[in-house]
Amino acid sequence: MSKGVAKSTAEPQGASRWLLRGHSAAVFAFFYAPIVVLCVFSFNDSNAVGNWNGFTLDWYSDLFANDNIQSSIWVSVKVCVVSTLISVVLGTAGALALERFRWWGQKAFDAVLYLPIIIPDVTMAVMMLVFFSETASWFDWIPGVNLQNGLEKLVFSHVAFNISFVSVVVRARLANLDASMEEAAADLYANRWQAFRRVTLPQIMPGVIGGALLAVTISLDDVVVSSFVSAVGGTPLSVYVFGMLRKGVTPLVNSVSVVMLAASMAFVMASLVISRATGSEREER
Amino acid sequence: MNGTTNGQGPAVELAGVVKRFGDRSGTEVTAVDHIDLTVMDGEFFSLLGPSGCGKTTTLRMVAGLELPTAGSIRIHGEEMGLRPPNKRPVNTVFQSYALFPHMTVAANVGFGLEMRKVPASERKDLIDWAIDLVEMGSMAHRKPTQLSGGQQQRVALARALVNRPEVLLLDEPLGALDLKLRQQMQFELKNLQREVGITFVYVTHDQEEAVTMSDRIGVMHEGRLLQVDTPEAIYERPTTRFVADFIGQTNFLEATVASGEEVVLANGDRLRLSSDQPSGSSVAVTVRPERLTVHRRGEAPMDRHCVEGRVETVTYLGNAVVYGIGVDWMHLEVRCPATLAGDRRDVGDDVTVSFEPDHAAVVTG
Amino acid sequence: MPVEAPPGDAPELEDTTEVATLGLEHQAERAKARQGFLLGLPTIVYLLIFFVAPLGFVVAYSFATRTSTGRTELRDFNLNAYARLGDDIIMTVAWRSLWMAVLATLICLVLAYPLAYFISTRSPAVRNMLLVAVMIPFWSNFLIRTYAWRVLLDSDGLVTQGLELLGLGDGRILFTSNAVILGLVYGYLPFMVLPLYAAIERVDWSLVEGARDLYASGWAAFRRVVWPLSRPGVIAGSMLVFVPSFGAYVTPAILGGNKEGLLGSYIVLQFLSARNGPVGSAVSVVVLGVMLVSTLIYFRAGGKNL
Repeated sequence: MSKGVAKSTAEPQGASRWLLRGHSAAVFAFFYAPIVVLCVFSFNDSNAVGNWNGFTLDWYSDLFANDNIQSSIWVSVKVCVVSTLISVVLGTAGALALERFRWWGQKAFDAVLYLPIIIPDVTMAVMMLVFFSETASWFDWIPGVNLQNGLEKLVFSHVAFNISFVSVVVRARLANLDASMEEAAADLYANRWQAFRRVTLPQIMPGVIGGALLAVTISLDDVVVSSFVSAVGGTPLSVYVFGMLRKGVTPLVNSVSVVMLAASMAFVMASLVISRATGSEREER
Repeated sequence: MNGTTNGQGPAVELAGVVKRFGDRSGTEVTAVDHIDLTVMDGEFFSLLGPSGCGKTTTLRMVAGLELPTAGSIRIHGEEMGLRPPNKRPVNTVFQSYALFPHMTVAANVGFGLEMRKVPASERKDLIDWAIDLVEMGSMAHRKPTQLSGGQQQRVALARALVNRPEVLLLDEPLGALDLKLRQQMQFELKNLQREVGITFVYVTHDQEEAVTMSDRIGVMHEGRLLQVDTPEAIYERPTTRFVADFIGQTNFLEATVASGEEVVLANGDRLRLSSDQPSGSSVAVTVRPERLTVHRRGEAPMDRHCVEGRVETVTYLGNAVVYGIGVDWMHLEVRCPATLAGDRRDVGDDVTVSFEPDHAAVVTG
Repeated sequence: MPVEAPPGDAPELEDTTEVATLGLEHQAERAKARQGFLLGLPTIVYLLIFFVAPLGFVVAYSFATRTSTGRTELRDFNLNAYARLGDDIIMTVAWRSLWMAVLATLICLVLAYPLAYFISTRSPAVRNMLLVAVMIPFWSNFLIRTYAWRVLLDSDGLVTQGLELLGLGDGRILFTSNAVILGLVYGYLPFMVLPLYAAIERVDWSLVEGARDLYASGWAAFRRVVWPLSRPGVIAGSMLVFVPSFGAYVTPAILGGNKEGLLGSYIVLQFLSARNGPVGSAVSVVVLGVMLVSTLIYFRAGGKNL
């Protein structure tokens, strides 16, 4: 309420007001113009990228006819689904352990859990490369796991950074959850597990789903770590496309890019909508 | 006592209960300091005190949401020990209501029954009974977010009462409501308690609320239980300065104990008032403003205790007039029923203030 | 109680109850702590194996020995790799990374601050919409967003053509350091906007009104009240842009060609082409160190989360 009243003082008057608005519009244009241009030119009926020669969907049909792209999409999907499932379970458990309990070593765990988010991706990639080259044989005893195979390595390394993203999102949700909810459940004869399943989980679900969608996005978008750990013939789409677009601009690359960007944006929007819709409901109260 | 207990015996017994909270830096705060308390069966008992006095912590220890650092808590004679909240025969109405936002009113009310595996058929009847009890029948299928504060409060009450707990714990349940609704709910709560006959332990910082509803009140301050008594006794015969001051307005006359039966006021006057303090200890005599009477100088009756002073302020309150009276060694507030202007004392008048020794009490601290 | 205890016995009675129950609280607390630890245990074990151990290996590699065939062997630990950090070629790359990262951070700050200020003075509904509009590029595919600039900057791309049309040189900035900085700014700008927004939004506007009431001009009120109060956001945002820019690999690879490599590119080169694990690891450890120092500065400045 006070903000509404004070807005007149917060917003500059006269020319600087319009300067501020113009600047903001320009920055948003800067955000979205390259994306729009990329989309438009993916429908361009020309091999040359700069000139508009009419509308075509040829590049998209080429894309779906390309076997390499097809197989790398499958790699991406498999890695993404498995790594997301694991990181959602581990990330949520970690968030609960940090947010609802006090135990020895908690602070160290908290710090380690933050590191994968801020560590530069090249460093993370190098870590995974070195680790797997030294230890691949250590994991042979686990039935069904063969680290010579790129898929397992991709899953393990994606989980390693996605746990952190999931737990940050879930923790934010947990922190906003009135702790007396769980006390009320206990007071009404629910044991710990019942209180979690019937009261806590339904209420942090938006956070869990939001975190899962974020993990999906990050897993699909990751290039650097994946290109360090994937094996020949088992490259995910992002790595394959990275190889293609380093060579230069082609209409085919444009169409792949638009598909990837669209998928990525769809997941992000879904994640934002789910965690915000329920967030604002709380604010109203 | 005015027939406060239903006679079956103690419902909640606290003996030597202590709760200390340690913070990260290692300093300890004693939130509850050696409390001994017995709440009788069927009683409406209030724990009253300012915020931070330990009343909510005490309640939470009975509920099992906190464990005492030391001492024992019994409910109907059974030692609670380490028993978790879900295994205690009590239910709580939380200050924030803590209604589950993802469940309907009916599902909220039925939650405890479901957890205790009450058969579905029985459950339905009990839920209907509880929802009707708090007059929320038309709202059974709404979500808590669609209800007003007062309605949420009723649902929280139904959710606890439906389990027919041996003791119902209420943590400032009316704190979030506006004055008018709060007064209405006070009345309803009291009636409800009589109707269901369940022991209520009610935590509040609002002295008027406690006085209106309770059979007995325990006043807490800085973790200690200062006095446990009926509302009338707490008001009329407080034993400590804090209790006298916290419940309503009062005047303090500094005094010294002369013997077990007599105190000496600061001006040398002697008053026949009994006190359990040793002779020579300094105490205060407290008299409520409405127990004082103002007379023209020299017109005071002989059987009352008199103090001479001068009117300093006159405040007209509509139904009453409050005089601020300067006595050479202190200041007194006197509250009189409003009289017509001509009959009132004026600022600067020399007056005599009188009271009956029975209406005064000796307090310590 | 049938028999009334003599008053003298009361303290003793109290002591026995205290002894009987003392420790229950601690016992329960310890049990709860154990539950929390067990709940977190799978995650802890996972991170120990797949994050902490890899980190340890990289540190070990930076002290390890490189054989003549290019293999890295974990024996004869030495400081050779760190000694090579002073080489001209590495110093050149390091300085380039540093000034590019600093420049990108400053440009982001200049672009983001007014935007964040603008967003935080909108009505809540508009504010949420604009925030989502910033968050979408924040989380969506970084690689493709960078590639979009390549389309614009290509020899017959729209920006190139536009610059030529305006008579601003030959308009080719692809594969120059300008292109890399542009890419870094584009890629990491949302990382600057969000913490700045969070900081400015928290400013109590009645303070600005107070300043105006005390005869401050709009600009003075901003400089003396809003700017100092939004400093934590400035520091957080700068860290979030600086750290990834300093170790960038994708952006220079796509927009910088081969000439304008940064430290990230150098690390990749050491591992994938030059086969020099120790030097690659040593550079990684340095990048990691810069990141940790920046993070510490961030937390010192009062930052709580990212």
